[in-house]
Amino acid sequence: MHPLRKQRLQQVILIVVAATVVVGLVVYMLGQNANYFYTPSQIAAGESPKGVFIRAGGMVVEGSVERAPDSLDVQFSVTDGASILVIQHSGILPDLFDEGEAAIAAGIVDENLVLQATEVLAKHDEKYTPPEVADAMNQAYERKQEQKQEQKQEYKQKQQGAQ
Amino acid sequence: MNWLTNWSPSWQWFHRLGSPRWFYQTTGRWLPWLSLLALALLGTGLVWGLGFAPQDAKQGNSFRIIYLHVPASFLALAGYYIMAIAGAVGLIWKMKLSYMVMKSAAPIGAVLTFLALFTGAVWGKPTWGTYWVWDARITSMLILLFLYLGVLALQYAFQSNEAGNKASAILALVGTVNIPIIYKSVDWWYTLHQPATIKLTSAPSMHPDMFQPLLVMILGFYCFYVVALFLFTRAEILRRERKTTWVKELVLGEPQS
Repeated sequence: MHPLRKQRLQQVILIVVAATVVVGLVVYMLGQNANYFYTPSQIAAGESPKGVFIRAGGMVVEGSVERAPDSLDVQFSVTDGASILVIQHSGILPDLFDEGEAAIAAGIVDENLVLQATEVLAKHDEKYTPPEVADAMNQAYERKQEQKQEQKQEYKQKQQGAQ
Repeated sequence: MNWLTNWSPSWQWFHRLGSPRWFYQTTGRWLPWLSLLALALLGTGLVWGLGFAPQDAKQGNSFRIIYLHVPASFLALAGYYIMAIAGAVGLIWKMKLSYMVMKSAAPIGAVLTFLALFTGAVWGKPTWGTYWVWDARITSMLILLFLYLGVLALQYAFQSNEAGNKASAILALVGTVNIPIIYKSVDWWYTLHQPATIKLTSAPSMHPDMFQPLLVMILGFYCFYVVALFLFTRAEILRRERKTTWVKELVLGEPQS
C-alpha cells in the first residue's frame, strides 16, 4: 500500500474509533436514563421520581383486570416477576391489551403507590405464530398442566398410602 | 506492509473497479437481470406474505406490515455501511467512483429509513395504541434518517465536489457508530419496541410459514437496493463525467471506439 494511502487509512480508522469512543461514553453514561419505562420493582424500591409523570411497564397479572360497569374506568396490575404495581386508568385500552401480555402505562404514582395512568400502551413480543399453532400450543400446555396435576395427586395419594 | 506492495499486480482489479466507464458498462449488462430478479422476489414475497402466510394469533392481519417494515429496516442499516465504506474508500484511494456510490446511497437509505419509520408508525397504532413514542429504538432510527439527510445535504453545501465528498464521507464514517446502537437498543434499554425476531445466533422466533415469505422479501429488498444503487450511481457518473469523451459519445449516440 502506498504510504500516503496508508496514512489516510489510519486517519479513517481514527475517525471511526474516536466517534465510537465518544458516543460509546455518552451511551454508557445515559445508561438506565434512556429507558422508556420503569419496572414495578424499581418503583417499589423508590428508584423512580415521585409526583412526576413517569411510565411503568410489565406483564399484566392474570385475573387482575377490573372494569367499572358504568364507565371506562379500569384497574389492573403489572408485574416484572418480583413486584406488583397497581394501575388505574380511565379510557379505551389498545386492542392487544390483555392479561398475561405486556403493557406500558404513563402517569403519576400517587401516595398509595397506585399509578394513575393517562395513557396505556400494549407492548407485544417478538414471537409470531399462526392461530392454529397457538391454539395447539395452548392445548398442549393445558394437557401438560393437567398431567402434572394428576401426577401430583397420584404422588400425594401414594404418600398417604405409604403412611 | 511489504506484501501489499509486492502484490501490486493483483490490485489492478481494484483500480479497474474504480473506473466510472467500466462500472457504467458492466452494471448496464447486469441491470436487466438484477431488476428481473428483484421484481420476481418482491412479487413472490408480497403475494406470499400478504396473501398466503397465516395471520398472527394475537395481532391478526395487522402483523403483515412486517413484510415491508423488517426488510426496509434491514436495508436502511446495511445501506449505511455501504455508504460509509464507499466514503472511506473515497477518502483513502481518492476514488471518484467510490464517492459517487456514497452520494447515491444517501437518498436511497433516507427513503428506506423513512419507510421503516412510517410502516412502524402505521403498525404501532393498532398494536401498541400509538403512532410514535420516543423510546431508544425509534429515536435512534430517527437519528439515522437525519444522518442520511445530513450526508446528502453536505454534498450540496460546497462549491466543489471534492470538498462536499470529503465532508460527506467524514459524517458518514462518524455516523457508523449509530448502527450497532440501533441494533442493540432493544436489548440495552427498556423500550416499547419488541426485541429482534430474526437473529444470527438463534432460530427466528416466528413460525416457518411466516418466516419464509419474510426471507424472500429481505432478499428481494437486497436486490432492489443494488438495482437502485446502480441506477443512481450511473446517473451520477453521467452528470460528473459529462465532459469526458466517452459520455459525450454515449449521450450523442456516436459510435464508441
